[in-house]
Amino acid sequence: MKICVLVKEVPDAAVEKRIDPATGRMDRSGERNLNPYDTHAIEAAMQVRERGELDVEEIVAVTMGPATAVRALHKAVSLGADRSLQLCDDALAGSDVAATGYALAKLLQRESPDLVLLGQQSDDGECYTIGAIVADHLRMPSLTQVVKLDVADGKLRCERQAEYGYDTVEIELPAVISVGDAINEPRYPSLKAIMGAKSKPLDSVGIGDVGIAAGSVGERGSKVVCGDFKPPPRKAAGEIIEDEDSTETVAKIIAWLDHRKLLV
Amino acid sequence: MSGILAYALHYEGAYNKNSLGAVCEAARQAAQLGCDAHAVVIGDVSDELAASLGGYGVTKVFRARDVPDGLAQPVVDVMAQVMDSVGHRYALFGGGLLGFEIGAGLAARLHAGVTMEVTHVNAVDGKLTAERPIHGDSQVSTSAYKDRGIVIGRLNAFEVAAPSDTAAELQDVEAALAPFSTRATIVRRGEARGAEIDIEGADCLVAGGRGLGRPEGFALCEQLADALGGAVAATRAVVDAGWYPYSAQIGQTGKTVAPKLYIAAGISGAIQHKVGFQSAENIVAINKDANAPIFEYSDLGIVGDLNKILPKLTEAVKAKRG
Repeated sequence: MKICVLVKEVPDAAVEKRIDPATGRMDRSGERNLNPYDTHAIEAAMQVRERGELDVEEIVAVTMGPATAVRALHKAVSLGADRSLQLCDDALAGSDVAATGYALAKLLQRESPDLVLLGQQSDDGECYTIGAIVADHLRMPSLTQVVKLDVADGKLRCERQAEYGYDTVEIELPAVISVGDAINEPRYPSLKAIMGAKSKPLDSVGIGDVGIAAGSVGERGSKVVCGDFKPPPRKAAGEIIEDEDSTETVAKIIAWLDHRKLLV
Repeated sequence: MSGILAYALHYEGAYNKNSLGAVCEAARQAAQLGCDAHAVVIGDVSDELAASLGGYGVTKVFRARDVPDGLAQPVVDVMAQVMDSVGHRYALFGGGLLGFEIGAGLAARLHAGVTMEVTHVNAVDGKLTAERPIHGDSQVSTSAYKDRGIVIGRLNAFEVAAPSDTAAELQDVEAALAPFSTRATIVRRGEARGAEIDIEGADCLVAGGRGLGRPEGFALCEQLADALGGAVAATRAVVDAGWYPYSAQIGQTGKTVAPKLYIAAGISGAIQHKVGFQSAENIVAINKDANAPIFEYSDLGIVGDLNKILPKLTEAVKAKRG
């Protein structure tokens, strides 16, 4: 069987953030990297294969994004994927989450996966939703925010936290599962794997190759128009203490709490 | 096409607070648009409980009795059929996991636009627009829908109005489930996992996150909470990792609190956690990472090692409070 892992390139959270003095806002430009949540999805795929509960022949990293997104694919391959597939097309620019999910579903159809795994959220945008959109287009059962994934009798047994505590859900394959970061500790890639990542097969296709009509993606194919950007209501910035001498720091905290009558 | 359909999640005979917020918001926006607001309920809901949503402003409640409860895809099937037969233009969901899943699936099914983490809905020129904070809450973007629209609220975004005793008209619906919707089944629902902790009634909370480093790190939070006469809370990440009981969890799928004092230890302050405690009167954050988002909205931020600071702070609080 085949597992496809959806991955995404996002701004690197490890890059030091700074406030843009002109706007007073956080400048989040800079390095981009594989979405950290996606590393948990790749690790989940690797564990399913290694445990041998399913006969996994291939793990394919799949992304939609600009030419630079191959870096995320190389990272995914260094973490264990066997090859990668990229959907890259100017017509995709400006796609909303529904159009993105549709495009990814069309891309995945080319691979006919038995299991699609993805990270539950990305650091840069739409949270929690892409898996459910992809699943509906693929007509597969789906679950998001999964923190435990086992296989029993050829079915998935997933645990996740929902509104009223932990739920255990049994799911038949093929299925689309998004995972939370508590599901595993992703392994570090070996130097050999990092060096070898660029030589693993990487296929790049355009929308015409996977049967996506230009009018169904991009700004034209999106059903939401975003605009009117404005700053959020803000409260005044708080006081910051850089701890150098912890006894002194604690004295400052106590004074602060005492002044607000929080120690009565 | 007009009208708004809200999803009302229920469990053990009571509605979810965020769902009631969505039902109320649907009624408020329908009044602005001059259309009807309806609600949908799934599974074993009594006539009385279903009709009681009329008290929150919807005129009609659709009930799909034979549909399994607690998973998203069967609800997508029901809502898509109700929206197509009645002609609702919008669907509205309160914050929470099921709302995200149902709303997203419904957008795919109906070829509708979808906006998540919505904090405000406005009626403009006979249409709804949705405001949503983006880029780590540094900006607010407004979504307009070209055609049908799905609005998924952020936790606590929609206020629950005091109910009247008006009953809504109740209509049972027979929904055909998609084959793939029946290929997932709940084996066990609503497991609490761990001790019951009351964090909602506490005036002071000491919350711990991944930055505690290990489960035993919670002892530092417990000692400080004892000294302050408060309770201990936790982020979702550490609850999922099994470090602390689910009942202490604050945020997206956990509880919402508004204590006088909230001390966040080793918590980076992701939005999913922030929405659970942002109404706290005083927020103190201790984190070794100066770039942690929590410092953007804490009243007092300490950049330092919590292992050094918490024990000394506990002793100092004890000395002060006697």
